[in-house]
Formats: sequence, C-alpha cells, structure tokens
Amino acid sequence: MTRKAVITGLGATSPIGGDVETMWANALAGTSGARPIEKDWVQEYDLPVTFAAQLTNDPKEVLSRVEARRMDPTTQMGLVAAREAWAHSGISTDDIDTDRLAVAFGTGVGGVWTLLDSWDNLRERGPRRVLPMTVPMLMPNGAAAAISMDLSARGGAMTTVSACASGTEAMDNARRLIETGQADVVVTGGAEAAIHPLPIAGFAAMQALSKRNDDPQAASRPYDVDRDGFVLGEGAGALVIESEEHARARGAEIYAVLAGSAVTSDAYHITAPEPEGLGASRALRAAMASDDIELTDVVHVNAHATSTPVGDRPEYVAMKTVFGDHLDDILVSATKSQTGHLLGASGALEAIFTVLSLYHRKTPVTINLDNPDPDIPMNVVHGKPGELPSGDIAALSNSFGFGGHNSVVAFRSY
Amino acid sequence: MANKEDILAGLAEIVNEETGLETEEVQLDKNFTDDLDIDSISMMTIVVNAEEKFDVKIPDEEVKNLKTVQDAVDFIANAS
Repeated sequence: MTRKAVITGLGATSPIGGDVETMWANALAGTSGARPIEKDWVQEYDLPVTFAAQLTNDPKEVLSRVEARRMDPTTQMGLVAAREAWAHSGISTDDIDTDRLAVAFGTGVGGVWTLLDSWDNLRERGPRRVLPMTVPMLMPNGAAAAISMDLSARGGAMTTVSACASGTEAMDNARRLIETGQADVVVTGGAEAAIHPLPIAGFAAMQALSKRNDDPQAASRPYDVDRDGFVLGEGAGALVIESEEHARARGAEIYAVLAGSAVTSDAYHITAPEPEGLGASRALRAAMASDDIELTDVVHVNAHATSTPVGDRPEYVAMKTVFGDHLDDILVSATKSQTGHLLGASGALEAIFTVLSLYHRKTPVTINLDNPDPDIPMNVVHGKPGELPSGDIAALSNSFGFGGHNSVVAFRSY
Repeated sequence: MANKEDILAGLAEIVNEETGLETEEVQLDKNFTDDLDIDSISMMTIVVNAEEKFDVKIPDEEVKNLKTVQDAVDFIANAS
C-alpha cells in the first residue's frame, strides 16, 4: 500500500505577512502587498516599473547577523520560512532518523543579488574584493543546502528550477520521496528574492510587468479586464510533509493530505502558454489521477493567475476542459492579486493557502476584480472569503513557468 | 606604522563582523582555527577586510603562516 503524505507544518515570509498566521489573516481580509520600491536604483536606472510586492519583515530581524552575512536574500527567506514550518510541525530533530529527513526546495533564479553585487565588486574594485563566499551564496541550491544544514537533514537536499513552476514542482518531488518510502519527513517549498533592477528591467522589456506605477495596490488584478501584467513579489513558503504513519505515531496535527501532483511540459513556446491549455490540462488530470480524485471532489483551486493579459485565460481554458460544468461549482482564488508573483516561491505560498483553505474551510479573496473578464467565466472568490463545504473535499494549486513548465498539486482534507 | 593595540582592536572588529565572536575573545595568543573556530573561507574574508582597513597587502601564500592573532597583528604592523 502506498504511504500517504500529510502536511504537518507551515511557514512563510511574504509581502502580506512575515509568518503564516499574519499572512493567512491578511489573505482572508484582502490585502495588497505591493508598494513603491524605496531604493536609489529605481531612479538611477530610470526603471519603467517602480513598485513591487516586498516583504513586510526583513529576514535579518529573525536571523543572526553572521548567518545573514553568508546568505543571499533568497536563502535567508527560505531559511526563515523553513524554521517556522519546522517549529510549527513540533518535530524535534532528536526524535527522528535524520538520514530519512530530506529537503525539496525550488527557486526561479537563485542568488541574483549576490551574483550581480559580486560582478559590480569585480569591475569596480578588482578580484580581491570578490568575497570567498560568493559562489556558495549565488548557487540556486543555496536555500536547500542551508535548510538541510540547519535541520541536520541528511536524506537529500534537492532543488527544482523550473521558473514560476519551481515551488510546486518541488512538492511533486517531496510527495514522491514520502510515498516511495525514501524519506519519512520532507521540508519542501520555494524561495525567491529577485526584486533587483535587472530582473525588473528584463520582465518589463518583455511587457510582462504591470506598469501601474501611480497605483501599485491596484496593479495585480487577475481576471480583471484592465489587467496589464504581473507584480513582482519576493519571499518564501515552506511545508513540512511526512508520512501519515510517522505523523500519527507522534500525535501530530495534520492540516491536509498532499494526495497527488504532476508535472508536464508544453514543448510549445519559451514564454507563451499553449493557448488551448493542453499541457496544463494534462497536469491537472494527472495530479488528480495520482490519488483517484474525482472531478466532483474538487471544490477549490488556487489558480496560477498572474494578472498578465495573455496568461490568465489559457489556465481557465485548461480547467474548463478538465472540469466541464463542474467548474461552476469550484471556488477559484487568485492570491497573486495580494502577494504579487513570487516566481519560484509562488507555488509554495499558494500551497499553504490551499492547505489552510481545506483546514479552515475558507478561501482567500481575489482583490482588484472590479470588471471580470467576460472571456474567463469562473466562480472567482472576491469581496469576502469563500466558504467550503464540510466532509471529504479536495483542492488544487496550479503553477506554470516560462519554458512551458506546468505543475499541479492536489490536496485532500484530513 | 600602526600601533599594535589599534591593530588588535581593528582586527577584533573584523573578526566580530565576520563570525559574531565577541571582540574581547580575539586575544593575541588565540589560534584562528583551534581557538576561534574560523574556517579558511572566513579567514580569507578577514584577510581581505584587514587589507582594506590597514591599507596593507597580505599575499595569499602568507595567510597560512598567520596561525595566531599575534601572527596577524605582527604581519600587519610590519607591512604597514
């Protein structure tokens, strides 16, 4: 019999709260994390976009000064989230076999701040000023490695890099580690710290970012007719996943079951989603099939929905293809309206929202949905939190990334 | 030439910044590796910061000879 993977701990640092409790309360209330970037480099480079969804709490408030000095902001955020999730799970490293504790994390770009700061140092001050920690700080596996060391996780520390699908794809790895018996406990999630002038200039050049500089809080508006791009976000989310047997043996609180997951690829275009949503619909079906989830079990979807003019509709098309008329009975939340787009960490935050939605039977609101796009007729939660039914229910979280990466995770209530 | 007491105080600040060790723990007879638990990567960071602070050059091949805080203070005093 396949082992069941259950969620027993959650942690996050985000643009709408520095911990899960705060973030969840804000998500139900409907809170924008977007605000102007108060850095000299915005004017220095005359950036076309002057705002982003920035962390409410600096990781340096939590980490020691020495820890922070040796870590890229991506790793700092990942570690803050992982420590909260670990504390929340109540597991003591002394009580488990750390050879069977693994880390499965994701990031979109890794240590972009370290990479580019070091490049500046090299050019302006010479090779002697490139610090010896430069390479370990910029490597994209930095967060997974730091979490592994922090928790003494010796069962493998893997990193998934698949752009904005990374965090969700990491959970696909985590589920398999548990279900196949390779690990008893996995710390999974994603981290991203890319609010840097270069990614902003690059995303703006491809017309992916909202340019609503005069009203940042209204800028991220998935499914609204006036959406004009995504809002860059930063932060990290972490989930402690363990086998049901392991969790029950220690009397742990179980928040949901990570029942299924799937990864597919479009093989279509490097950035544009396949317009019929074929790759996305295959991922949705496969994620449900991995635990025999019936279409009608699914009552909630946390959508990828980034607020780009071209991206939001293909996801709807995929869901309509898969769910048909049942889509009308599914409450859809687009939490990027609040958090912005955390790229490789977005799937982790959205999984946390999905797990909490099943646990509390309430779904986050989608803000800024003033004029729903008539080409995307869905039951989008806005105005007030959605109410989920009692009994055994399931919910999905979708993530799609540049490169044609599609990943979906399926959770069941416990 | 910089005063050795000033060099020790400056070095202690650099060590504190890199490792979090209290400045009082950075004493002349302490061995960087055995007493202060400073690894080679931290040592290189300390060396580069010391070069900048005291306006000296500490060649890479010299770093392995700087076993104690005294060694480092003497080298910087002689080089400056």
